Order: sequence, then structure tokens, then C-alpha cells
Amino acid sequence: MIAGVPTEFIPPGPQNFDTPPIIDGVEWFTKPVLVSALSVVVIIWFYWAASRKAAIVPSRLQFAGELGYNFVRNSIARDAIGSQEYMKYVPYLCGLFYFILLNNVAGTIPLVQFPTFSHIGWAYAAAIMSWIIYNAVGIRKKGLWGYFKHQTMPAGVPVWLMPLMIPIEFISNIVVRPISLSLRLFANMFAGHILLLVFVLGGHYMVFESGNVLLGGVGVITFIFGLAIAGLELFVQAIQAYIFVVLTAQYIGSAIADEH
Amino acid sequence: MTTLVLPLSEAAGEDVNPLLPHTPEIIFGFVFLVLLAILFAKVVVPKFEKAYADRTAAIEGGMEDAKQAQAEAKAALDKYNAQLAEARQEAAKIREDAREQGAAIIAEMREQANAESERIVTHARAQIDAERAQAVASLRSEVGTMATTLAGRIVGESLEDEARQRRTVERFLADLEASESARQAVGTDG
Repeated sequence: MIAGVPTEFIPPGPQNFDTPPIIDGVEWFTKPVLVSALSVVVIIWFYWAASRKAAIVPSRLQFAGELGYNFVRNSIARDAIGSQEYMKYVPYLCGLFYFILLNNVAGTIPLVQFPTFSHIGWAYAAAIMSWIIYNAVGIRKKGLWGYFKHQTMPAGVPVWLMPLMIPIEFISNIVVRPISLSLRLFANMFAGHILLLVFVLGGHYMVFESGNVLLGGVGVITFIFGLAIAGLELFVQAIQAYIFVVLTAQYIGSAIADEH
Repeated sequence: MTTLVLPLSEAAGEDVNPLLPHTPEIIFGFVFLVLLAILFAKVVVPKFEKAYADRTAAIEGGMEDAKQAQAEAKAALDKYNAQLAEARQEAAKIREDAREQGAAIIAEMREQANAESERIVTHARAQIDAERAQAVASLRSEVGTMATTLAGRIVGESLEDEARQRRTVERFLADLEASESARQAVGTDG
């Protein structure tokens, strides 16, 4: 803070995502665990209160709950899976969507300001869960051999192309999907958070610690930009939750689809 | 962007690889997702779906009720129309019957009146005949007496003998009658 004594700017990086245990000695209890636990509590409270007295004529809370529930049920699950079998997957897709949404938005909520999914473990957990589910329902519907045939041998491809198609399809449909799911979500949250940190910490450094008036002016602009970036991030956070759930629903839909 | 800021070699400090997960976070991720899926599967979905089903049923039920009420109203209208037509038909039939009955009564009455008048006429005629016969009889005796008396006075002869007297009168009357009937027959012929 003392002008004229410039300190070195430490750019934000992976080390900013290091979250020490909140209580000493309880290694697993870190900020992301707390945030995601809070998000689960909020979701449970909201949906429990909204659906507890579900009636023909909805209360305001029920109406809001139905709005959120219908969004996942109709716009995501039914559109991607088809009106025959989608109801079975609505609970998981709903839970998944609101879990990711709240934890992403936690990166923008003041005081919390940490997107849980910028720790890749959470993204892995969600992606593996989705991977297990879509493969399991596919195998249960078509049998192990039938499912692999369904996923790796697209209809209408000549036989001589099969040696090429089967590995490609296997890798893209079975191997890569969980990786791309988890990395997309993680990387967006991670990069978004770093971007915000760059603007906020950089602005802070330039205004208060650089000791340079010119840099201070730039720092003010940087702060303003940081606000805009925060708005953009809010959008990205919501979009990423949507994408994750839509893709999961599509994977389920394609796993149980009758034909290509 | 990193070119703008100072080197970060020593600043990075600990070697953090963001792609390596913390095991507890994967476990919590599973636990939370399963928890939420259970919440939705056990509470939210059944409650909301039931509300939706009730809502659909209520709307459809309302429409069904309205349709039923309409059908009932139409049935009632048809019934009343049918009853009205029936009543009209019945009224027409009653009028027709009444007309027929009236005509029959009038005819009967006329017949009775005719019979009565005929009877009265017959009766009167019979009475007249009887009275006439009586008058003839009384006249006959009176005329006899008067004629006898007259004849006695004229002749001056007392016709005391009753039998003879009667015979004479009878003979006279028979002659009288015969001449009268002969005159009558001639009258009618002429």
C-alpha cells in the first residue's frame, strides 16, 4: 500500500485454487466441500418446500419449483431422450442440473466466490456418474454385445469401413465422452475464475501497490472490466450446467435409442 | 495475458496440477449427486407429477362434466318436446272424440225425439179414436132415445115393448149406417 515501493505482482494460477482445510486436522473439509454441501441443502430445502404440498392450484413457491422442474423435465430430458422413457432419468438430470448450476453460480455469489467445479474432482464425479448411467441403461436395454454393436457400428456404413469405424466410434462414444464432459466443465470454471482473479487482483495491484499513477488509472478500468467479466461468467456458469446436463441426456437417449 | 505480468516461476510456489483430483471431492460429488437424485426421485417427481395428473384430470373432468350437462339438457329438451307433441296429439284426439260423441248424442237425441213425437202422435190418435168411439156410442144411445121419443110423439103410439123398441132402433141405425157407408164409399169413389 505504500506508494513508491513497488512490490512484485504474483499472477493468479493453480495455486489460487488450493483450499486448505477449514478446520485444522479435518483434511477433507475444504471450501468446495462446504459450498457444495450448502448447495445441496439449498436445493433440498427449495424443492422439498416447493413440492411438499403440491396442489392443482400451485402456490408461488410451487409455481417456481414447477418452473425449474419443468425446464429440466421437458426442455432437456424429454427432448433428448424421447417421450417414451424420459421420466426414469428426470430425477438424476434434475439433481445434476441444479447441483452444477448452484455450484457454478457460487463462483459469482459474493463472499462465496468459488466455483466448486474448478476443482476437477467434482467434474470427474459428475462425468463418471453420467458415464455409468448411460452405459448401464444401454447395456440393460440391449445386452452387452448388442450395446457395443449399437454404439460402435453405425447403420448404413459399408462393411469394409468397419475396421476403421469401430475403434473411432468406441473411442468417441465410450472413452472420450466422460473426459470431454468433465474437462469442459472444469476448464470453463477454472479459466473463468482465473480470468476474474486476473482482473481483480491485477486491478488491485495496479491501483494500490504499483505506485504508478498511470497504472492506477488502468487499474480502475480493469476493475470495471472485471465487473463485466463477472456478468459474462454468470452466463457461462449457467450455460455450462445446461450443456453438461443436455449432453448427459443425449448420451442416455442415444444409448437406448432403437436405431441410429 | 500472462506476458503482461511478471514471471511466475517462484510465485507458483507449490507444484499444483489442476487435473489431479482430490479423492474426498470425488466421493462427495458422488454422494451429493446420489442424494439429490434420491430427493428428486422420491419426493419432487412424484409430488409434481401427481399435481400435473390431478390438474389434467381436473381440466378433463370439468370438460367431461360440461359435456354431460349439455347432453342431459338436450335429453330433457327432447323429452319435453316429445311430451308436448304427445299432449298435442292427445288433445286433438280428445277434440275429435268429443266431436264424434257430440254428433252421436245429437243423432240419438233426434231419434229419441222422433220416437217420442211418434209415440205422442200414436197415443193421441188412439185417444181420439177411443173418444170418438165413446162419443159414437153415447150418441147412438142418446140418438136412439131421442128418436124413439120423437117417433113416439110423432106416431103417437107408445112403444112400450122394450124389445120391439130396441129392435126398431137397431134396425134404423143399421140402415142408417149402411146408407152412410154406402154414401161414403160412393164419396171416396167419386
